[in-house]
Amino acid sequence: MTLREITTLLHGHVCTGEAYLDEEVSTAFASDLMSDVLTLNDTPLLITGLCNMQTIRTCDMACLSHVVIVRNKTPNEEMLELAADNDMVVITTEFSMFRTCGLLFQSGIKPLY
Amino acid sequence: MHLEYTVVEGDFVNAGTASSSVKKTLKQLNVAPPVIKRVVVALYEAEVNAIAHAYGGTVSVDIDAQKIRMVVADRGPGIPNIALAMQEGYSTARPEVRDMGFGAGMGLPNMQKNVDKLNVSSEVGVGTTVEMEVNFC
Ligand SMILES: Nc1ncnc2c1ncn2[C@@H]1O[C@H](COP(=O)(O)OP(=O)(O)OP(=O)(O)O)[C@@H](O)[C@H]1O
Ligand SMILES: [Mg+2]
Repeated sequence: MTLREITTLLHGHVCTGEAYLDEEVSTAFASDLMSDVLTLNDTPLLITGLCNMQTIRTCDMACLSHVVIVRNKTPNEEMLELAADNDMVVITTEFSMFRTCGLLFQSGIKPLY
Repeated sequence: MHLEYTVVEGDFVNAGTASSSVKKTLKQLNVAPPVIKRVVVALYEAEVNAIAHAYGGTVSVDIDAQKIRMVVADRGPGIPNIALAMQEGYSTARPEVRDMGFGAGMGLPNMQKNVDKLNVSSEVGVGTTVEMEVNFC
């Protein structure tokens, strides 16, 4: 599934990374715990309710470039600047974590574990 | 090559500045990406700890052809029982730290998993020093 299709499915808004919306996503991981995200060996789409600088930093360290932030939280300028510096795609949706995960799972996105 | 950074007390927004900079440097030095990831994940966890559990400190990094050595030294309350702190799930993180997405008690075990050498030393009421080494091959 492409990030463009994911954006449509989630009625999402692309905050940064328009240029990379044709990239494919096959796996996802959902967590609000950044230390948990830092244990991943893979590079899935991250679904999170955490919307602060550490969300973006953690993605940078863990080499994740695709993030969906749920519940209509808006990343600030500083976060988006760092995300753009790292060629990341940041999508926001007003859907809840549960609904977001359910929709993506139903569309064939696979869990990591 | 020697690099030094300051970790500022309470400055969550900038937690990870040292790790980001080290990441860029290692990329320029053509270190293998999986090795870079191990280095920066461990350093980032240590940096966050120096802000989350202490009053900031310093990060010093030495890079040679074989390995990277990182020392994160903070001023802070110290760790009374290091063996306990190393256990997965053990955390004394304050609510503010949990709000930042940390406090799962996974940081120290994460560091252990990612580096080739880890040494944590601490004096209660003075501070904590985390020394880590990662070999390049
Ligand atoms: N630099 C430090 N100074 C004082 N105490 C520390 C320091 N680093 C770790 N600790 C203590 O050890 C505990 C475990 O640390 P660890 O990094 O494993 O987990 P955490 O920081 O609580 O949560 P996480 O890293 O998963 O976000 C901390 O909760 C704290 O009590
Ligand atoms: Mg920690």
